[in-house]
Amino acid sequence: MFTKFFYTLKNYGLPVSLNEWQSLLEALEAGLAGSSLTGFYYLGRAMLVKTEAHYDRYDMAFAAFFKDIETPEGLPEKIWEWLDKELPELQVTDAMRKQHRQLDLDELKRMLEERLAEQTEEHHGGNRWVGTGGTSPFGHSGFHPGGIRIGGMGRNQSAVKVAGMRRFQEFRTDETLGVRQFQVALRKLRQFTTRLDGAKTELDLDATIDKTCDNAGRLELIWNRPRENAIKVLLLMDSGGSMISYSRLCNQLFTAVNRSNHFKDLKVFYFHNCIYDWLYHDPQCSLKSYTPTEYILNTLSSDYRLILVGDASMAIYELMRVGGIIEWDLYNDRAGIDWLKRLRHKFEYSVWLNPIPKQYWTWTDGAYTINKISEVFPMEELTVDGLDRAIKSLKNRQAAI
Amino acid sequence: MSASVKAYGGSSGYIVSDELRNSVNIAIALQKPLLIKGEPGTGKTMLAQSIAEALNMDLIIWNIKSTTKAQEGLYVYDTVQRLYDSQFGDGDVGNIKKYIKLGKLGEAFLAPKQVVLLIDEIDKADLEFPNDLLWELDQMSFYIPETKETITAKQRPIVIITSNAEKELPDAFLRRCIFHYIAFPDPDTMESIISVHHPKLEKKLLEQAMETFYLLRNVPDIQKKPSTSELIDWLQALVVGGVNPNRIKKDLPFLGVLLKKNEDLDTLLQQLQGKGSTKNPGVLGRFR
Repeated sequence: MFTKFFYTLKNYGLPVSLNEWQSLLEALEAGLAGSSLTGFYYLGRAMLVKTEAHYDRYDMAFAAFFKDIETPEGLPEKIWEWLDKELPELQVTDAMRKQHRQLDLDELKRMLEERLAEQTEEHHGGNRWVGTGGTSPFGHSGFHPGGIRIGGMGRNQSAVKVAGMRRFQEFRTDETLGVRQFQVALRKLRQFTTRLDGAKTELDLDATIDKTCDNAGRLELIWNRPRENAIKVLLLMDSGGSMISYSRLCNQLFTAVNRSNHFKDLKVFYFHNCIYDWLYHDPQCSLKSYTPTEYILNTLSSDYRLILVGDASMAIYELMRVGGIIEWDLYNDRAGIDWLKRLRHKFEYSVWLNPIPKQYWTWTDGAYTINKISEVFPMEELTVDGLDRAIKSLKNRQAAI
Repeated sequence: MSASVKAYGGSSGYIVSDELRNSVNIAIALQKPLLIKGEPGTGKTMLAQSIAEALNMDLIIWNIKSTTKAQEGLYVYDTVQRLYDSQFGDGDVGNIKKYIKLGKLGEAFLAPKQVVLLIDEIDKADLEFPNDLLWELDQMSFYIPETKETITAKQRPIVIITSNAEKELPDAFLRRCIFHYIAFPDPDTMESIISVHHPKLEKKLLEQAMETFYLLRNVPDIQKKPSTSELIDWLQALVVGGVNPNRIKKDLPFLGVLLKKNEDLDTLLQQLQGKGSTKNPGVLGRFR
């Protein structure tokens, strides 16, 4: 049964390894789950889930797997205390359960009505009256295995219910997130910092001292290459009408990019729906300030990482036809798709980020052009997960089609 | 869990949730490092202090900086001192042991009693840093080539590691840890946390301040949300400043204690303005 849970977790996308599973089994053997489902829920989460981003997946997997299991919940805190007193735990719970087993819901309700009629004052502790603590089936914070909770917080909430609440939903990384998360994602571009080229200009003090000491005091200087990020980024952003609904998302990404001043070079241009002869300097896309695309293609070296952000949704002619540009007063000699292909050929490290969620790509308005463009550029959705994948794909040179 | 294993049950100066306490006890029982993540100011560092206090152990803190190397936690071979001594003839240069200085990890290994070792903000260091510590944290021992000595832990220390998620930690490292994410406390928990720090707080003041605090946290687009430690500081400021509780929500006094970024102040002011510019003349006047 437990092995199945392992595969359920895997199916829900949790990267669980056998090692961790082994230690979980060891922990279970050591009795760390306190023989309750709640205990098992927290134990499993602590041991198998290694980032808050996966808490939600764990919750879902757990709820799905254990949803049909109804147990009289264990009493973790109580058990700890009993253990401290070195009382055999099973005896106590069994005794408790036997005592309270027969009550079903109707009977409970009826009894509650009776008690309410009888009871005239507050009551805490004890085993009969409605109140807090104690083992009476009524009230809250008590320890009756099948009672009715009245107000207060459930102290021993069923694990399935805790899992079902999905409190960690907001930490999912496949949801779109804020600037900070983007920044962290972009920071990964620093991983392929290279120390291979460049002159050795930095004095390595520690190594110099070590070497000098090895030489019994004769000075020997050791030089190092400075640590520098060699990454250069060319960011092209769609600011066309269909992108307005995603402007907040793109703003966040842009802020994040701007703040991450760890790139060697960062160039940002805008385009309207599709790229033609002009790359604009500001989101208004006016011909007052632009750089010819041709110039970019000729002057930037091909090791620039090209990141395109756009919904890739446009009229078919805008992408495929000569003269298909959406602006009235402009004319393009080359079809948009040709420009995209040229960019792709020039910049082998490139990726297209699409703010439209991936599951819509096949049937949204722009499905045709999305499909066409994703044949040219590797396309990822604009979420933190997508950005992660995009950055991973930016590490590898990909042959243009 | 057998009675011989120590169980952590919280301490008087620190409010701990059931989940967190369970995680701590799991980590202690399995003798694995406990990795704690959470928003800044949710008491990650305090946890180690609380554990040390509750279990009556010494606490060894290893603060990680961007320049920290894993080697420094094990030991440092003071070659300069040795060279100096050799040239000026002080001491016995032949005894290399004298120039081996143990780092925090080494200290924790050699402590006569079990200790709590806090590796604070591990994500500050280089990407490879956690990987360099894999073996040492797993086996709780390391080898010093200079003296041909192996340092092994006399008692496996309880290792608490905190991270602010500035960098992703390597998978191999994560696999060896117990992980816990400290969620932001709900108002009830928050009240009990505050009562630990400010036991004699006026009820009215607390109510108003809490309400304002959660209001601020819920303002969308705020980049650095105020956290527990900021709320505690703010309450201190309110008490010292003798602010009338009824004016807290209207005036938002000492806002700088809660919001640390200019952008956030701007965002907040915009939001307030959006609700009606005449409604909050007190706040707006303050910043003009």
